[in-house]
Amino acid sequence: MSAEPILTVRNLRCSIAGQQVVEDVTFDVPATGITAVLGRNGVGKTSTLRGILGLIHRRGEVRLAGERIDGLPTHRIVRRGVGYVPEDREVFAKLTVAENLALAERQREPRREFVAQLFPDLVARRDQQAGTLSGGQQQMVSVARALLNDNRLLLVDEPTKGLAPKIVTEVAGALAEASKIVPILLVEQNLDVVRRLADDAIVIGGGRVVHVGTAREILDDEDLTRRLLGVHADPGHGADAVPSHRTTLDSEEPHA
Amino acid sequence: MSTLVLTLITGVGLGALYFLVASGLSLIYGLMHVLNFAHGAFLTLSAFMGWMVAQALGTDSWGSFLMSLLVGAAVGAVFATLTELVLIRPLYERHIEQVLVTVGLSFAAVALFEGIWGTDPIHISGPPWLRQTTEVLGARIPNTYWVLMIAAVLVLAGLVLFLKKTRYGMIIRAGVENRAMVTALGIDVRRSFTLVFAIGGAAAGIGGVLAMHYSTFVSAHLGATLLIFAFIVTVVGGLGSLTGAAVASVVVAVLQQFANFYLGGTGDFIVVILLAVVLLVRPSGLLGRKA
Repeated sequence: MSAEPILTVRNLRCSIAGQQVVEDVTFDVPATGITAVLGRNGVGKTSTLRGILGLIHRRGEVRLAGERIDGLPTHRIVRRGVGYVPEDREVFAKLTVAENLALAERQREPRREFVAQLFPDLVARRDQQAGTLSGGQQQMVSVARALLNDNRLLLVDEPTKGLAPKIVTEVAGALAEASKIVPILLVEQNLDVVRRLADDAIVIGGGRVVHVGTAREILDDEDLTRRLLGVHADPGHGADAVPSHRTTLDSEEPHA
Repeated sequence: MSTLVLTLITGVGLGALYFLVASGLSLIYGLMHVLNFAHGAFLTLSAFMGWMVAQALGTDSWGSFLMSLLVGAAVGAVFATLTELVLIRPLYERHIEQVLVTVGLSFAAVALFEGIWGTDPIHISGPPWLRQTTEVLGARIPNTYWVLMIAAVLVLAGLVLFLKKTRYGMIIRAGVENRAMVTALGIDVRRSFTLVFAIGGAAAGIGGVLAMHYSTFVSAHLGATLLIFAFIVTVVGGLGSLTGAAVASVVVAVLQQFANFYLGGTGDFIVVILLAVVLLVRPSGLLGRKA
């Protein structure tokens, strides 16, 4: 990993309604590229991202480029340069695409052209209510909101969840493009996408970090993959492979 | 025919008054999930202040009437803003405590108003035109109802324009849908909380002054009486839905007027039955979001 990480997380513990959901997580996020957060369902990946942002109750130390942010409210953490693409998109359904994007603009000159180039479909649908978009289009809105500003880090939570293969490719392409200008901490269940995008990977199990390494090292090692993620990953997929089917992580516990 | 017209138009007029109170309640609940029992206190204080302005400037003139409306709106906005900053904000995310503090404030405010202005109703007369009637299809409609309707339409139009055309309006609409996500976009949603309280207080303030002219008196209990129906309207329309509040205001008030006239004064009872039916059949209200 890079010598000066953009994000350092030390002994992060998170709880929701008094229930501990992240036990004790410690890791660094390098200042470039995409770092994947892997682990079976329910191990606390999403809660880790939400804890970093202060969206749920958390303790521990979180530093962004060396500055502590764990005591700040969510909106101030975001203003320090942390973009967030939540699980399940969370677009404002009754607002138009243009309004969803306008709300996210924090700087005087937002990167509208960059976003328009990545997602030309959104330009054509700017006056459409976001709730009437397809899942893939809503995901584009969600990613676009995070890319409008000059962030120092993006937290991206399962951006390909529930999307058709063609849209997965499109969203993955947009993230690859975005990672050229901003480091990304990516929670992703689709290992084909992880293989294509991620440089480094952190594996969480039982609310703790159980392995840190390069994404390829983990995914190319069948034993390691099966032991840590409970899945057989196909090592034959190259970095530029277009996912023909999803290789996803097993559930440690069933969805509610 | 004239009775039907009279009942219908006075129902719509009463609905306009309900809307002026309910619009703020609905916005506050929609964004903050706070049932604001102190809303009646905003209304009552505004009515008293409006009455004092009218007394000072002369109750018969339109100038004093308009000034009392402006002062009522300003007093309602300031009272509501202070309530949000001093009592609600320190209890952020503690919804039960927030509700309890508004209940406490409503009781304290009534006691305070009785201490200042006494327990008896104070009668007031506005511009002479307000005491007259206008004939529509044979029905003689008291002019106060027209004023109520005009005020409600202006407030509704103002709120819609604000919500649709301004950034803060956009933030409030987004916050009603998903407050956490608004903060995750780097927006301090607490500013919107204060703004929504101020807007709701201003609407209640206008409602308070007009309720005073509608009732021809002001008392420490003016707000509490109206608040009950405003809550019913807010629930029937769908908590958090401004359009729902507007539609429900008219539905509830027209039903109430018809029941009062044709069913032997059972308007209040019928309205409560309507509330029960809506809660059983469609708990999210006419235009509210499903839980």
